[in-house]
Amino acid sequence: MIGNDRVEVRKTHKLFIGGAFPRSESGRTYEVVNTRGEFLANIAKASKKDARDAVISARTGFNSWSKATAYNRGQVLYRIAEVMEGRKDQFINDIQDAEGISNKKAAAQTDQAIDRVVWYAGWADKYSQVLGNTNPVAGPFVNFSIPEPTGVVAAVAPQDSSLLGLISVIAPILVSGNSVIVIASTNSPIPAITLSECLATSDVVAGNINILTGDPAEIMPSLASHLDVNALDLTGVTDPELQASLEVEAAGSVKRVRKAPINPNWQATPSLSRIRAFTEIKTVWHPVGV
Amino acid sequence: MSFEYAPAPESTAIVNIKSSNGLFINGEFTAGHGTPFKTINPATEEVLAEIAQANQEDVDAAVRAARRAYDKTWSKMSGRDRGKYLFRISRLIQERSREFAVLETMDNGKPIRESRDVDVPIAAAHFFYHAGWADKLEFAGFGNNPKSLGVAAQIIPWNFPLLMLAWKIAPALATGNTVVLKPAETTPLTALLFAEICQQADLPPGVVNILTGDGDTGRMLVEHPDVNKIAFTGSTAVGQAIQRQIAGSNKRLTLELGGKAANIVFEDAPIDQAVEGIVNGIYFNQGHVCCAGSRLLLQESIAEQTIESLKRRLQTLRLGDPLDKNTDIGAINSREQLNRIIDLTKSGDEEGAQRWSPDCVIPEKGFWFAPTVFTNVTQAHRIAREEIFGPVLSVLTFRTPDEAIEKANNTPYGLSAGIWTEKGSRILSMANKVRAGVVWANTFNRFDPASPFGGYKESGFGREGGIQGLGAYLTSEESS
Repeated sequence: MIGNDRVEVRKTHKLFIGGAFPRSESGRTYEVVNTRGEFLANIAKASKKDARDAVISARTGFNSWSKATAYNRGQVLYRIAEVMEGRKDQFINDIQDAEGISNKKAAAQTDQAIDRVVWYAGWADKYSQVLGNTNPVAGPFVNFSIPEPTGVVAAVAPQDSSLLGLISVIAPILVSGNSVIVIASTNSPIPAITLSECLATSDVVAGNINILTGDPAEIMPSLASHLDVNALDLTGVTDPELQASLEVEAAGSVKRVRKAPINPNWQATPSLSRIRAFTEIKTVWHPVGV
Repeated sequence: MSFEYAPAPESTAIVNIKSSNGLFINGEFTAGHGTPFKTINPATEEVLAEIAQANQEDVDAAVRAARRAYDKTWSKMSGRDRGKYLFRISRLIQERSREFAVLETMDNGKPIRESRDVDVPIAAAHFFYHAGWADKLEFAGFGNNPKSLGVAAQIIPWNFPLLMLAWKIAPALATGNTVVLKPAETTPLTALLFAEICQQADLPPGVVNILTGDGDTGRMLVEHPDVNKIAFTGSTAVGQAIQRQIAGSNKRLTLELGGKAANIVFEDAPIDQAVEGIVNGIYFNQGHVCCAGSRLLLQESIAEQTIESLKRRLQTLRLGDPLDKNTDIGAINSREQLNRIIDLTKSGDEEGAQRWSPDCVIPEKGFWFAPTVFTNVTQAHRIAREEIFGPVLSVLTFRTPDEAIEKANNTPYGLSAGIWTEKGSRILSMANKVRAGVVWANTFNRFDPASPFGGYKESGFGREGGIQGLGAYLTSEESS
């Protein structure tokens, strides 16, 4: 920066697994540049082994997060928004570098991303009232249906919306009590890495959110075939052949698959479809009598 | 003391089975182009009828008819009028309920008491329930303007032939889709009778098409490029194959697959009621039930006593002529299924479990398997892991609620579970922790069109019945 001859301290960009920041076990990185082609950072290139480690962390995270009360889950999500708010400038810089958009647009995306976290935080203790119900069966029974989290979800974040798109994918997965392994935008991963630092300093259960950087085509097949992964969110998968092959792998354990949306509009208020996609309806019967 | 029962067979005079049966395409019965096959009565091995085998040409014709009906009629009709057709169908099933029940029992082998009191009335109820949704879909929580998907290909199993047809067709039509349905190879007759119901209801041609055939017909249907939605009930292996087959396409999919449900009995449970629930859980419909309570988990302190009561109760079950109104256990649906049950129970013997069956006379003709209980079962045994789909119960024990949950969830399946205890807080805690789509507490194997049904994990995805079941046939409302 002009007028400042201090040599800046640069950051090593790492993965976020189990609440810690490991390098890829493979020791690999890949170079990320801004839209003008200038060097930004060497980003950890996650391996299949990193993905499997993330599944173990995610299962551990799920076992505690899915037992948290809805009120508690709402507060933890809200806490993420609080911590993000304090890092706004960093997010804006990251997004500008990553997407080559104006400061104003990057600021708007940051605001929307934080507001989206707040939006989902508010859903934590409401979606089950909207998606669940009691059922008037023809007999002397109490019968009710409630949505429960599916389990461990492996997701690919959108390639083009580095923060808002990422948040729009992971927040609805988390709100119902799932844990997530998300692969950040390959060419624009730095906002996701900044987010992981927010997550580490908020109250998110360790392992509940795992952020990998690298190539989805390399990492996702092992997650799609992993028996301890319950569902896939392929939002950021742009290659139809990769999408098809991941769907084939998913069938091995009958995973739920949410396909890539066509022309997603991340600015629009979401529907409940993303929460619904990663919940299971459980129906409970009990006789009524004396 | 034992009671002697006089035979009380239901008359078969009410059914009129055609010796040769065609396909139902575009509102008419037409000859199929494949090599016809025969459907038999599994209780007598007598041939009931010759059935058309749909080949590619027939699949194309049926999908074309369904598409035309969708474009020209059904998608344009008001929800109110669609609903009225469904109400008609429901009433027609009720009117011809005895005929359906007898035909179902002849083709499937299930006791007439079950087809008469469960399959047929709940099938009619499914049409009645969904009829009322047809003009109220905007209230169902799928956005303000939920839309149908188009042509639905539906493939159903042989264990509840008419009931599974109703679970598939009623929600599909209520939401404005048209259907091509393939009944199971061994149980096509009630689906063909249902086709007559569609004619009597004056349902517009092509809205419902019924293709009989084997797995090849099913595969052609799944692969047909003009199908928008696939709904399958059957084995996990076939469900996985379908999921692979349609990978990369825009076809929507719901799967209702296998199960290996735990039926958990605590020491404070009302044991006599629990025994009834255990019997209903695994011996209902010869155990040909995906949500059957096939793994009995008994708390150690009451294990011996419960097994004694259960054996005493099983001595009173009557196995034999499915058409007899006093029959509890009917015929196994096919020789193939019987062989699978024999094979799996043999593995139970070989792996060290203890087999027990009541004394019962097995009829000479037909396919039969005596109700069977295995004790000394461990979680590693095949009979504790694999779906047997027969009247075979595997008994395991536990000491603490945590151990019960651990064992109940130790399966790739997650369709249903049973909990027996008088303690309310324990019911709610167990119901919360068990990973299964349907939990029966102090009851088992209850079904209702208003109550969504479907599994977790490898038991499939999507729900049938209830408000949630509508989502399987509507476009999702997302913007992103």
